[in-house]
Amino acid sequence: MKPTIRFRYRKFKSVLLYALCGLSALLAVVPLVLIFYHTLSLGLSAINLDFFIELPKPVGETGGGLANAIVGTLILVGLGSLVSLPVGLMAGMYLSEHGNNPFGATVRFLTDVLNGVPSIVTGVVAYTLVVIPMKHFSAYAGGVALGILMIPTITRTTEEMLRIVPQSLREAALALGIPRWKTTFRIVLTTASGGVITGILLAVARAAGETAPLLFTALNNRFWQTDLSQPMASLTVFIYNYGVSPFSDWIAQAWAGALVLMTMILVLSMAVRIATRSRFGRGT
Amino acid sequence: MTPHGRVEPAQADHPARQPRIVAEKVNAYFGTTQALYDVSLTMLDRSVTAIIGPSGCGKSTFLRSINRMHEIVPGSRMTGRILLDGEDIHAMDAVLVRKRIGMVFQKPNPFPTMSIRDNVSAGLTFGGVRNRTVVAEIVEKSLRQAALWDEVKDSLDNSGVSLSGGQQQRLCIARALAVSPEVLLMDEPASALDPISTAKIEELIYELKRTYTIVIVTHNMQQAARVSDQTAFFYMGRLVEFDDTKKIFTAPAKKQTEDYVTGRFG
Ligand SMILES: Nc1ncnc2c1ncn2[C@@H]1O[C@H](COP(=O)(O)OP(=O)(O)OP(=O)(O)O)[C@@H](O)[C@H]1O
Ligand SMILES: [Mg+2]
Repeated sequence: MKPTIRFRYRKFKSVLLYALCGLSALLAVVPLVLIFYHTLSLGLSAINLDFFIELPKPVGETGGGLANAIVGTLILVGLGSLVSLPVGLMAGMYLSEHGNNPFGATVRFLTDVLNGVPSIVTGVVAYTLVVIPMKHFSAYAGGVALGILMIPTITRTTEEMLRIVPQSLREAALALGIPRWKTTFRIVLTTASGGVITGILLAVARAAGETAPLLFTALNNRFWQTDLSQPMASLTVFIYNYGVSPFSDWIAQAWAGALVLMTMILVLSMAVRIATRSRFGRGT
Repeated sequence: MTPHGRVEPAQADHPARQPRIVAEKVNAYFGTTQALYDVSLTMLDRSVTAIIGPSGCGKSTFLRSINRMHEIVPGSRMTGRILLDGEDIHAMDAVLVRKRIGMVFQKPNPFPTMSIRDNVSAGLTFGGVRNRTVVAEIVEKSLRQAALWDEVKDSLDNSGVSLSGGQQQRLCIARALAVSPEVLLMDEPASALDPISTAKIEELIYELKRTYTIVIVTHNMQQAARVSDQTAFFYMGRLVEFDDTKKIFTAPAKKQTEDYVTGRFG
């Protein structure tokens, strides 16, 4: 019975492929689960109220927290977004809507190159641009470094997401006598907002997890500092400093810092998604 | 509502209709391929001009060059002149041209992120009309004109793409009417509609003709015969024949036209 055998073979292939895909999907989330579990098990012990409201204690004293670093990370990433959001979004809109020319191709290529530049190099650039003229480390310099890092991700995802928007929607808007720029901002960008926001969140998450560019720019600070022209603490730099220290309570606090950082990004992603969810239960 | 098919009396009411849109030797290109060859056509005020012809003969391209939508296709080009009330549309601001010349596309294209209400009012609100009562009135009026009001009046806040294909097309008609253009270009507005909605759209065209100038592309000969005052037959990018609808369908001057309208080819 030849057809039956062939049918069975086909069916077997289909099941096999399906199983392989499922397995790969599982493998893709395994590292995340492992990292989260590991961080949770090592960091949870150091998490208490003090961790969120106290400043780091001097060497030798136990206890204290990383309140300044938590706030510092928020400020630095906020500054980075302030730099990168307008530039990235508008560059992405330009590339998608008017970028089919040599200039657009050049910008696209250079953006991809910038995306591949090691983050420590970005830190050195921000050091040269901001720290040297100001003659000291500052939150501004850290914000510039993170901003430069975020720009290519935001630019390219914005471009890709806007390109997916069907041409017929642009035509519908233009045919109503809606000017080109309004069509881009109010119709095309809104239609693509789900994907664009995902790109922004990716960039924010990446910036929040960066250490190297901050070492040359915002440096670190063991005290409260809200003056943006002064060095500023960040969770990642604290994790780095505490993680390589010989003190077991500092190492535990480093794990706790990592846990808090991961949770912050998770909460931010979920909050933004809920806040910007399409009225019609789609998008995002 | 006037039953459709009463073409002649309406014509007799307005013996001296002015040319509203005049196309002079229009050539349109997509890159190196030419889609229109020396098309010259005069569309009269307060009348319906039907454009017929086999698929790919340039009907949509011609319609889209009238409201300067052709030029937004990358690599496109056009020569010749198109006059709106005697003024060259290429000397005018494209946004103003499109405000005065509305368009209903061949495929329905509602804005997916907007509600039914917002779809209809999009042209108004983006054009700066802020008065909510005015907008609400225009939304209702436009949806009624497009024969969609009864079906959506209780679900104006639902997504525009939650409607069926035919309903979406009527939504797009309402959206085009809401900005009250002077000229309305319709590219096969009824191709996705059932006979009842089609009849409603034809009635609408009949109504609109009193104030608007309408150009309609259609593959449906009966529809062209019912709604239009004049008919243009396009073939392979050229205007073959242009005359009163009655003449085109009863005694066309060209053999090609006769073959097409009698269904012998196309
Ligand atoms: N975007 C485009 N790029 C390249 N060529 C195009 C494009 N749009 C249309 N054309 C070509 O131009 C010619 C005319 O097309 P057009 O869409 O005007 O035809 P049509 O008469 O509207 O046909 P249909 O009845 O199928 O809608 C066709 O040969 C088509 O291949
Ligand atoms: Mg067409």
